[in-house]
Amino acid sequence: MFHKKTIAELSGDLAKKTCSSVELTAGFLDRIEQHKDLNAYITVDRDQALTQAREADVMIQHGKATALTGIPIAQKDIFCTQGMLTTCGSKILSNFISPYDATLIARLKQAGAVVLGKTNMDEFAMGSSNETSFYGPVKNPWDTSRVPGGSSGGSAAATAARLAPAATGTDTGGSIRQPAAFCGITGLKPSYGRVSRFGMIAFASSLDQAGPMTQSAKDAAILLNAMAGFDDKDSTSSGIAVPDFTETLNHDLQGLRIGLPEEFFGEGLNSEVASVVEEAIGEYKKLGAEIVKVSLPNSHLAVPCYYVLAPAEASSNLSRYDGVRYGLRAQEYGDLIDMYQKTRAQGFGDEVKRRIMIGTYALSAGYYDAYYLKAQQLRRLIAEDFNQVFEQCDVLMGPTSPTTAFKLGDKTDDPVAMYLNDIYTISVNLAGLPGISVPAGFDSQGLPVGLQIIGKYFDEARLLNVAHRYQMVTDWHRRMPKEYA
Amino acid sequence: MVICALQASTRPDGFMSLDRDDVIKIAHLARLELSEQELDVYTQSLSRILGLIEQMNAVDTTGIVPMAHPRDVSLRLREDSITETDQREKYQAIAPAVEAGLYLVPRVIE
Amino acid sequence: MAWETVIGLEVHVQLLTKSKIFSGASIRYGAEPNTQACIIDLAMPGVLPVMNKEAARMAVKFGLAVGAEINHRSIFARKNYFYPDLPKGYQISQYELPIVGKGSLTIAVNDKEKVIGITRAHLEEDAGKSLHEDFHGMTGIDLNRAGTPLLEIVSEPDMRSAQEAVAYLKKLHELVRYLEICDGNMQEGSFRCDANVSVRPKGQKEFGTRAELKNINSFRFIEKAIEYEVERQIDVIESGGQVVQETRLYDSVKDVTRSMRSKEEANDYRYFPDPDLPPMELDQSFIEAVARSLPELPDAKRRRFINDYQLSDYDAGVLTASREMAQYFETVVSESGVEAKIAANWVAGELLAYLNKDAVDIKDSPVTAGMLSGLLKRIKDNTISGKIAKDVLDAMWKGEGDADVIIDKKGLKQITDSASIEPIIDEVLANSPSQVAQYKAGQEKLFGYFVGQVMKASKGKANPAQVNQILKKKLGA
Repeated sequence: MFHKKTIAELSGDLAKKTCSSVELTAGFLDRIEQHKDLNAYITVDRDQALTQAREADVMIQHGKATALTGIPIAQKDIFCTQGMLTTCGSKILSNFISPYDATLIARLKQAGAVVLGKTNMDEFAMGSSNETSFYGPVKNPWDTSRVPGGSSGGSAAATAARLAPAATGTDTGGSIRQPAAFCGITGLKPSYGRVSRFGMIAFASSLDQAGPMTQSAKDAAILLNAMAGFDDKDSTSSGIAVPDFTETLNHDLQGLRIGLPEEFFGEGLNSEVASVVEEAIGEYKKLGAEIVKVSLPNSHLAVPCYYVLAPAEASSNLSRYDGVRYGLRAQEYGDLIDMYQKTRAQGFGDEVKRRIMIGTYALSAGYYDAYYLKAQQLRRLIAEDFNQVFEQCDVLMGPTSPTTAFKLGDKTDDPVAMYLNDIYTISVNLAGLPGISVPAGFDSQGLPVGLQIIGKYFDEARLLNVAHRYQMVTDWHRRMPKEYA
Repeated sequence: MVICALQASTRPDGFMSLDRDDVIKIAHLARLELSEQELDVYTQSLSRILGLIEQMNAVDTTGIVPMAHPRDVSLRLREDSITETDQREKYQAIAPAVEAGLYLVPRVIE
Repeated sequence: MAWETVIGLEVHVQLLTKSKIFSGASIRYGAEPNTQACIIDLAMPGVLPVMNKEAARMAVKFGLAVGAEINHRSIFARKNYFYPDLPKGYQISQYELPIVGKGSLTIAVNDKEKVIGITRAHLEEDAGKSLHEDFHGMTGIDLNRAGTPLLEIVSEPDMRSAQEAVAYLKKLHELVRYLEICDGNMQEGSFRCDANVSVRPKGQKEFGTRAELKNINSFRFIEKAIEYEVERQIDVIESGGQVVQETRLYDSVKDVTRSMRSKEEANDYRYFPDPDLPPMELDQSFIEAVARSLPELPDAKRRRFINDYQLSDYDAGVLTASREMAQYFETVVSESGVEAKIAANWVAGELLAYLNKDAVDIKDSPVTAGMLSGLLKRIKDNTISGKIAKDVLDAMWKGEGDADVIIDKKGLKQITDSASIEPIIDEVLANSPSQVAQYKAGQEKLFGYFVGQVMKASKGKANPAQVNQILKKKLGA
């Protein structure tokens, strides 16, 4: 039964001592073992997890528990975790035992959370289906012939199948929200700068942001409380005050102005997804919200803009994987350049190579202005669109993804079709805004649909409040895939 | 090998496309070894992606200030103090090749 | 045909911070390999840079000292290239908006002043070192230096001879040491120079094709390297060839420059603003605080020494060559109470000779400013003569104690008592009857002989003025 419980519920059990962290952790470790077929985890270190659980139990005994003490959390394998394999889904880091903890890992450990394991992901977070992982694709627990979404597919599948009470993810163009939608869980991408990026392996530094992937908005608030906050090791970390996100969860939604961007409901949106989202918006009306029609006129340029900026930054961020100081080095090579070229050719997968090359090209002499600079200008236009609409409304709503989970292998041969999966999520990263995906129902095949809610800068508290009130009157977020219930 | 500036060609429809030589140059800049067959595959898929990217040209951005960071913030400066200690042994434990405290690489010729 | 040389210099100055520009690792020189390379310097996955405030302060200090515009907003950019001593595969530098804009430096060659333009100065991180000793045919990489803060100072192509280039470099070298932003140690690579050299027919406006000379680590070599390169380029053109734009390495053993083959491929550095570092914005109060901390600069100090102390251009130049030298001199003037000119002779003459002979820096001089002042006081109060004082200085240099101790121990105190000097003179005159006769017959040149004999007999201790006076009296009588 423990696996059906939220962080909030498990935390209560631990406090009442109806179970111990060791029991809980062992229980989840067993479930992970049982459901290995999902391929949700890359690394599970049973001994380390149980050691941390024992320490947490001592803390609880001494009455020094926080809301997360003793709670096992699955960590996306993008976060450096001291003494543990940290692969970022890549072969090039297949032997990388991190010598240090990411700030996010350190903070969760500080709060008493147990590192349950490292979840599978698209290689270097480049993907929307988890199929670019060197460690094989993750399967969607709602239908194992389908993808869980990506790049935080392992975290989403683990949470949906209750192979962890909750997980962490990262979101560069939708990598928390889209898999959350595909797997029927709650996923929050905070504002850029809210959660430290130190120790989070960089994909596109000006877009990457870590966030919680949970069963409920309330759990997301609990997890974000521990993750968020200024970090002097990250020059882009914000010094803005961090509220207690659980405190405002129950605020009334009467008079809330919800903006519906017309561009989010146009061509390309699956009709079943559209009707689920409309139904959810209807629910908000019942809660007292007002609906405002708005427009984000440049949002259709978000995908092309993103596919210049993110690969450009990535091409530079991934230059450090050169076989010199850590990670894979090719077995056989001639001179230095040959060592570099073979190491990187063998260490990176197709999609990563593709993006490195696109990014290299976009930054190269003679093309910088036409691609990189142009994309940065568009980025400003896209961000200003949001500033404008937020004068008319408090939050924006729409679908997280144009479709529900697609079949494994469906889009692997067509990168552009894959990229278009993120049309509703990418603009949020370009603007640096917070966004959350909330389970809102199912399509006719029984696949989960996600409702995306976008907020103003650093207005995560409002997003969580808006999501939580919805979850008080619906039970979509409590549904579980049958095989894993 | 002397690498010249990239010279992608403009197709009659106005879109840029890459040819094999461009991809060879890009792959060299990015230090990625590609087989002949991979070259063909990447030439095709990269051109497809460029086609998507070209949609940016639909909007005139003259005079728009480029946005390099998602928020207009300024750099925080750190006090000048030594906070790190020697952890060479730990860091080099995960290195592919070390000797006498040095990372080893194929001979660098200047 | 008459040729004109055009030279622009790029100088990399290692800033004297405690920690690296983007990490908290030490920049101390000479540590065991890779013991000062932290996870940030090693470019471990996930690490991020955080900018060192002191490096920004030092860059501003330099900018103010050369009268440059300080950019209140400057941008860090990534310069992308693969090299094993560059762990991230990119160097964090400044490209479009450097911290220091246009400024200038005035040099003097053959007594003629010339203003050399400074195009810009930007902050960047240093790379590690490749060690080419044979490790089974491999190269060893030491990343201790990776991330050391550098200020790259780029001049305009304003210099027209190797001599001017050296004068500019020396001036810059003196300035950064004055500002205490660099130790100036060229052997350890704290002050490195690349030279862009080209030639053109005299009178032509357009620049010729330039070669970039790298790896020049002494003032002497920079002069030789440029001279060699100029000859080479003229030879190439005069024999019908064309100068190729390339990077060339100076080989100080063979005194030639040679093409760097490995860098032959045209680089495409793909600069772009570093997304990990927002724009650096320095407000007016920051810049004003740096301005207030500026020391008196060498040129101003030199002018003051000439005006206030009535020193020659030459002495003023020597005495302001470093802040320590100037401070030493001013301490001696104020503590000893002797005339500035005399103090200058002792510091720039006698002491400097010892410093040069034993290659000792003034700040490590065994004879401190206080000790030298003590010696000059004894000249002033007639305790010893200037000649004896040189012997005392020699003993002080050898560590035998301060002036009074040495004077006392060696009994060097001057004899100023006429009653003691007279018997010595009497004896000298008694022993030189023929010279006395000749003197009296009109050979007045012999007076010096008598003085010499008396001084010798008194072991140099007799007061020369008194000796003169008494001798005159006795010989005239």
